[in-house]
Amino acid sequence: MSVTLTINGEPRTIDADPDTPLLWVLRDELKMTGTKFGCGIASCGACTVHWDGMPIRSCQTYLADLEGANLTTIEGVNGKAAEAVQAAWVELDVPQCGYCQSGQVLAATALLAETPKPTDDDIDAAMDGNVCRCATYARIRKAIHLAAEKMEA
Amino acid sequence: MLHLLQNALKAAQPSRRTFLKMSAGTVGGLIIAAKLPNTAQAAAQDGDFIQPFVHIRPDNTVVVLSKHLDKGQGVNTGLATLVADELDASWDQVTTEFAPSNPQVYANTLFGVQGTGGSTAIPNSFMQYRQAGAAAKAMLVAAAAQQWGVAADSISVSQGIVSDNAGHSATLGELAGLAAQQDIPSEPVLKTPDQWVYIGKSFPRVDTKNKSTGAPNTYTMDVHKDGMLVAVLARPPRFGGKPVSFDDTATRQVAGVVDVIQVPTGVAVLATSTWPAIQGAQTLSVEWDDSTAEMRSTTEIMAEMQDMVTKSGVNVRRDGDPEAALASADRVIEVDYEFPFLAHGAMEPLDIVMTFDGEKAEIWTASQIQTIDHNVASATLGIPFENVSINTLWAGGSFGRRAQGDAHPVAEAALITKALHEKGQSGVPVKVVWTREHDTAGGYYRPMSAHKVRVGLDADGNVTAWSHRMAAKSIVKGTPFEAFLMKDGVDHNMTEGAHDTTYAFPVFEMDQHFAETPVPVLWWRSVGHTHSAYVVETMVDRIARETGKDPVAYRLELLKDDPRKANVLKLAAEKAGWDQPVAEGRHRGVAVHKSFGSYVAEIAEISMRDDGTIKVEKVTCAVDCGIPINPDNIKAQIEGGIGYGLGAVLRNEITLTDGIVDQQNFDTYAPLRMSDMPEIDIHIVPSTEAPMGIGEPGTPPIGPAVANAIAAARKEWITVLPMTRHGLV
Repeated sequence: MSVTLTINGEPRTIDADPDTPLLWVLRDELKMTGTKFGCGIASCGACTVHWDGMPIRSCQTYLADLEGANLTTIEGVNGKAAEAVQAAWVELDVPQCGYCQSGQVLAATALLAETPKPTDDDIDAAMDGNVCRCATYARIRKAIHLAAEKMEA
Repeated sequence: MLHLLQNALKAAQPSRRTFLKMSAGTVGGLIIAAKLPNTAQAAAQDGDFIQPFVHIRPDNTVVVLSKHLDKGQGVNTGLATLVADELDASWDQVTTEFAPSNPQVYANTLFGVQGTGGSTAIPNSFMQYRQAGAAAKAMLVAAAAQQWGVAADSISVSQGIVSDNAGHSATLGELAGLAAQQDIPSEPVLKTPDQWVYIGKSFPRVDTKNKSTGAPNTYTMDVHKDGMLVAVLARPPRFGGKPVSFDDTATRQVAGVVDVIQVPTGVAVLATSTWPAIQGAQTLSVEWDDSTAEMRSTTEIMAEMQDMVTKSGVNVRRDGDPEAALASADRVIEVDYEFPFLAHGAMEPLDIVMTFDGEKAEIWTASQIQTIDHNVASATLGIPFENVSINTLWAGGSFGRRAQGDAHPVAEAALITKALHEKGQSGVPVKVVWTREHDTAGGYYRPMSAHKVRVGLDADGNVTAWSHRMAAKSIVKGTPFEAFLMKDGVDHNMTEGAHDTTYAFPVFEMDQHFAETPVPVLWWRSVGHTHSAYVVETMVDRIARETGKDPVAYRLELLKDDPRKANVLKLAAEKAGWDQPVAEGRHRGVAVHKSFGSYVAEIAEISMRDDGTIKVEKVTCAVDCGIPINPDNIKAQIEGGIGYGLGAVLRNEITLTDGIVDQQNFDTYAPLRMSDMPEIDIHIVPSTEAPMGIGEPGTPPIGPAVANAIAAARKEWITVLPMTRHGLV
């Protein structure tokens, strides 16, 4: 089956089994490995990408449903919120092992695009689906607040 | 597979005396620089400076070669800090690469083999990497002196610029080629602490940008080679189970599946990409031989261990006559504890890429003990040690999981590539991928354990005897680690943090019992301290509360001979406002513990929700880890260590029902999440003592600190973990 969609602004035609999760299309077909495999059951958020700016779990999103979709991955995420998030991540040295951080960055970017001045409760609600086993949560929280300040400036 | 392991450490074992010996300070015989092989010399003539730990390139990049695995603990940044400081490089010209596997050059000086663990990376590297940086600087200065025709002592280096008083100036890169031809100083002069420019000042991490932008080729999972096959295995449902036969009719129907190969650890489905390999493994029908497998439930294993601790075991330490002291005590507090198996749950499931062409093998993986991985590959394939090469990659976490004594992922990949070679598919790269289910249900757990503590008190509430017994499967007994880590039949890892407590009790004993089960067990961030600190710190708190004493003041009374431990406790108490009443609705608990040479005190502040569950609101922490090389990374490791330990005590347990693991993924082995994370306030004690570990010491105190806060809130002592068992989560 052939599916045509847009990834990071580029039109792509993917010829693969329609039941293939987007995660493996990205990682194995397109060699875009920034999107990570963590659990395969949408429980950890390491595979988060954007569909029309909304965070989705690519491990539970199937190729068959993606005709015409507009997707953004860590390799292509940009704009004011993304730049602020990535700058804050670097400034506060958020990552440790780093394996979850692509997903964290995309979840945080989606949050700030929607809610430019999030409260701690907003952060809990938006980020609880993204697991970090190194428990960098305290820095992620600080970095989201810092990114919000950067966006205001 | 054990026969493959018996020689695992022999080939490259320069000395057994140092393996895992947890003492810093012996740095004799370090390799800091070396005569170069011809190939390296040829490269040097092109303008490169190449030494074992430092490369300086003509483009002015300083590459620090890390002999350790960076699994998030920041060791590459730490090693870069040490070199950059002595070299006086500019921090933005410094980068890191992982060193090749070569135990003669890159041994952990505390292990005697190349490997990372026990929070030893900085302690064993502190002098070595500084000396390497200082040697490189001396050679650059000698090169400048030669080029400019001036005296070496008129030359200085600052922020990556070599200059003299006569107006000469050059970058490190410009002098690299000439520096490579200078004599290697045998004893380079090191800076004094007042001259340090980076040590102690939070050098920014070298990996943050790549990890925040999804950079390619960072992790093993991201490695792709032309023609590579991905292998996912059907793994035995019970520990010790072995594949007998399989039916791959359905598996072969999955588009992309190209082969099915049986190995001792399961049946490997090889496909052209990951998804068909996962599907193929799921559709495989395998007959398993469970004749030597663990068929019991964890309740039965625990019952056996609880029975063990009713009796004396292998004695680890005994001061005085505990039974007599207990018999004559005014009263005895007797408490039993239960700790579950824990999976590590690193974000990146286990994975390895390997090629074997019949003569040579190459490996790409986050190798934590390179020398074992190297030897197991060599032994499994029947090829010489020097025919194996290992490319170490960043690890998406480990927490101990990648430091196996049996190198089972390497052995498995080796058997698969060997089978392919024998089938005429020589040299085909294979990536073995573990699913989250394999990772969670695949064993190599923090051992489950039972403890019994009996404390005798006199009429005034003073401790007259402390008797502590524990039972668990030993992590080291029966593995290649046994020769180095067991002495006189005692596994000190099992009871570390308990048998060596510095609380002053007049009569003391610690016994251990070795439980047996086919369930493989392994180091889990802070190892024995994960349970010993919980037992000791909740018991001490209980004694304080039951005898009407303040838990901090009581500990200080017992710590008169341990000033560094007392000091972190006092600092944490001061910063947490321990002498002030706690806010309405909040409750506080304290714990202090030394592990891996570092002292950490934590004060947890919790609230109780109306439904009886707890929220850990804030943790105030004081840490003394000797010279704080990178204060920001120390804070990061303490934050992470607290979160890692907290998630486990709140929710995590691996249980077996009739030998089959009940938890499979993050839905049933629930990790700590953002909304669980407390506010953390960390205070680092300034110190001139030797720098010690920081990856693990943040973890042990959090469990008991939270348990002690619960006891303060509702007079209930949690002695069986996790806390989900008590409706607290």
